[in-house]
Amino acid sequence: MEKTGYNYDIVKSYVHWSILWGTVAVLVGVLIAFQLVYPSLNLEPYLTYGRLRPLHTNAGIFGWGIGSFFALFFYIVQRLCRRPLWSVGLARFQLYFFNATIIAAAVTLLLGFNTSKEYHELEWPLDIMVVILWVVFSINIIMTIVKRKEEHMYISLWYMLATIVGVAVLYIVNAAEIPVSLFKSYSAYAGTNDANVQWWFGHNAVAMVLTAPPLAIFYYFLPKSTGVPIYSHRMSIIAFWSLIFMYLWTGAHHLIWTPVPDWIQTLALVFSLMLIAPSWGSVFNGYLSMGGQWHQMRENYLVKFFILGITFYGLQTLQGPSQAVRTFSAFIHFTEWVPGHVHMGTMGWVSMVLFAGVYCIFPKIYGREVYSIPLANLHFWLVLIGQLIYSVSMWIAGIQQASMWHSMNPDGNLTYTFVETLAQLYPYWTIRAVSGVIYLAGVLVFIYNLIMTARSPEASLSAAAQNV
Amino acid sequence: MWEKKPILLLVLATLAIMVGTVITMVLPFKWINGEGDRIASVKPYNALQLAGRDVYIREGCNNCHSQVVRPLVADVLRYGDYSKSGEFVYDQPHLWGSRRMGPDLARVGGKYPDAWHVQHMKQPKVMIPQSNMPAYTALVGNAIDPAYTEKKMKVLGFPYNQAEIQALAGKTELDALIAYLQKLGSDIPWRQQAKAVVVGDLVNPFVNDAAAIAEGAKLFDSNCDSCHDLKMESDDTDDVGPPLTNMKDFDENDLFTLIHDGTGAGMPSFASIGVTGIWKIVNFLKNHKEGDDEGHKKGDDEGHEK
Ligand code: HEC
Ligand code: HEC
Ligand code: HEM
Ligand code: HEM
Repeated sequence: MEKTGYNYDIVKSYVHWSILWGTVAVLVGVLIAFQLVYPSLNLEPYLTYGRLRPLHTNAGIFGWGIGSFFALFFYIVQRLCRRPLWSVGLARFQLYFFNATIIAAAVTLLLGFNTSKEYHELEWPLDIMVVILWVVFSINIIMTIVKRKEEHMYISLWYMLATIVGVAVLYIVNAAEIPVSLFKSYSAYAGTNDANVQWWFGHNAVAMVLTAPPLAIFYYFLPKSTGVPIYSHRMSIIAFWSLIFMYLWTGAHHLIWTPVPDWIQTLALVFSLMLIAPSWGSVFNGYLSMGGQWHQMRENYLVKFFILGITFYGLQTLQGPSQAVRTFSAFIHFTEWVPGHVHMGTMGWVSMVLFAGVYCIFPKIYGREVYSIPLANLHFWLVLIGQLIYSVSMWIAGIQQASMWHSMNPDGNLTYTFVETLAQLYPYWTIRAVSGVIYLAGVLVFIYNLIMTARSPEASLSAAAQNV
Repeated sequence: MWEKKPILLLVLATLAIMVGTVITMVLPFKWINGEGDRIASVKPYNALQLAGRDVYIREGCNNCHSQVVRPLVADVLRYGDYSKSGEFVYDQPHLWGSRRMGPDLARVGGKYPDAWHVQHMKQPKVMIPQSNMPAYTALVGNAIDPAYTEKKMKVLGFPYNQAEIQALAGKTELDALIAYLQKLGSDIPWRQQAKAVVVGDLVNPFVNDAAAIAEGAKLFDSNCDSCHDLKMESDDTDDVGPPLTNMKDFDENDLFTLIHDGTGAGMPSFASIGVTGIWKIVNFLKNHKEGDDEGHKKGDDEGHEK
């Protein structure tokens, strides 16, 4: 198995752990979805919605998202550089440290230690752990690339490098805080400044964590799965540079109509609209790379995951900019619509690509074919249906909620009290909770399939799998 | 060229992300929270309020509640005057939030009496049957630590005196949280300014109008029921407002004014329901006899069942 000189053992460990954290994220997601319908499921003090929601988002973005990126990046970087990882020891240290950080994060969040900033809830000692983790990871990736045997750097490596600097800058700036005690600190910024810094971070967490890394993975595995190279290299270059240039201007689209100065909101709006171009650059590049190969959508489950994934990315990057428009933001901001948007991105785009990436490398790292393709197809349909029901029900709920919030009587007064609008949401929340269970079932099928693969007798791989 | 030079790529990528960062994130520090934003009447948190704010953060109330009123008609009608930058200069961190699972709290200060909050925090569902807010029953059992709170005041550089710190002894987290909620949005005198004045003489437009009375009953359920019972032998004795058993003798114009303006002693102003809506409630209350309140007892509202 090690005959190529590549180190797959480390990749294997990362895959195991990231899937574990992904399952935790989805389980907690299902739990908080039910809590909104049955508030008696809130168990004081540790398991209330207010503490579990950050656990869900952190487990999803950092445990499942970043964990899988570590796994797949360590795989891809060796292949693209045609050399083993610069330091396996460092990668192993990083694995232990990563798991320690995630566990510490889960425990401290449930204990109520949090900064309140979305996607940056972790208190300062954990911030330090995250920074160490990132430095160690960056060094390993950068050194592997610097010492590569392949002169040209493929597209995936550009996105990896951008992720490395992007996350570092964002995380450190937004982490500026004044400690009071071991697990309590105050933000170094105040009020409107704090909000502006936070959402500069928040939106670019979307760019540098939920966009660039899945794109790196997509650009690597799609051609591997279909056997057709990426359609246009030039388009990849333009899309890459304009994407990372434009994203950083758009944070304030989370702050439309707030006291943040108008000109910042306007810039955010304009750049959000412009972002459609580079985002769709990648979408088209993906679609056009399928030229003549569309029949694979029927035959190849990997292609299904990738093409659906990039399609959700395409929809996401049309919906996102529309949410940045002032009138539409006035309508949907703060409503259920937004979780609909979020989960099309996380459950659709990010997770679909990650599932497929794991399926792609599994035969490689285990030296066995994936146990069951019908099960992989079942997994595909369950997560697709779960995700669609989630997003569609939340969009409808959001529109109804927004209409009721804004509805006025002829005499100029509001038609509905807040509680009347709230009462209308329960059916949608019930549907969303059920959709979560469907999605969870899909994830369990995925895990079962992988376990069976790992346990099946070693067999020689087909040429296609060798190629990955 | 950069496609072959990883370090160059790193440098170029850093430059690319710094442009937008500097312009939209670093530069604004020059203006935000500067002289132009200052509002003289906005004061830092006192020790009790700050302790309460930290309970709010610890419990993650911001996952369900926003704290910023947008300059939109519906926001202003529902929550009050829109938020100004200067109101947040002491907020480290800001707590604007991104979701409104529950109502915005930027202007909740002064909306309800403390007694209402005490009961609502302990049992939201008893106050508001459709609520899905978690019950926070444990906060009354947790004491505030005066020394630790003093340290926090020092870190933030907020003014305080020893009497204020000593007064913290014996306070619970619930006391602190409510003190914080009561401060929210009340540093600027928006309530006085928002007090809508009814122009002209008061004339009851719905005398004996059965349809209006029925609508009045509904409005009562959704606006008043959490504080007032309609009958004497109330099932929960700890209601915040008095039972409204016999309103027949109440002068209808006085009743209207009371609902419209509130009393400033626990009874909030309901000008936001509108003149017509308030008249409907007045007619409902005046026509209501004890015994026929089966339809609007607490707990049997339509909508979500428990
Ligand atoms: C699961 C979401 C959720 C969480 C978490 C939550 N709330 Fe609520 N809150 C609601 C909902 C829904 C309402 C509206 C119904 C009601 O009044 O109970 C509400 C209402 C309120 C109100 C009354 C507002 C008004 O104008 O009538 C206050 C005050 C409040 N919450 C404070 C808090 C505090 C303080 C916390 C944290 C300790 C908190 N809430 C946590 C959902 C939540
Ligand atoms: C937050 C709780 C609260 C809500 C909600 C509330 N009230 Fe009150 N109300 C009070 C309190 C407390 C008093 C008594 C203290 C006072 O006079 O201010 C009171 C007093 C009254 C009185 C005077 C009773 C008397 O016998 O003197 C009337 C009438 C009244 N409320 C009607 C209403 C109506 C109608 C609504 C709904 C539109 C309503 N209230 C909503 C708390 C509330
Ligand atoms: C061009 C691309 C995109 C733009 C312009 C965009 C725009 C937006 C806007 C305006 C909001 C705020 C909604 C509101 O609260 O009013 C939002 C929320 C969000 N978006 Fe997107 N989006 C884009 C792509 C994506 C992608 C690819 C993901 C991947 C998962 C994503 C994830 C999120 C998340 C997690 C939030 C919620 C943030 C929060 O309030 O906590 N977005 N987006
Ligand atoms: C079964 C699957 C899932 C369920 C049932 C679920 C459920 C939920 C719920 C109920 C919320 C709170 C929404 C609200 O504010 O109203 C939420 C928020 C969120 N979830 Fe999930 N989730 C699931 C999967 C995921 C995954 C896999 C990820 C990430 C990879 C993720 C990322 C997020 C994020 C970023 C938010 C914050 C959204 C916002 O700010 O609007 N979720 N989820």
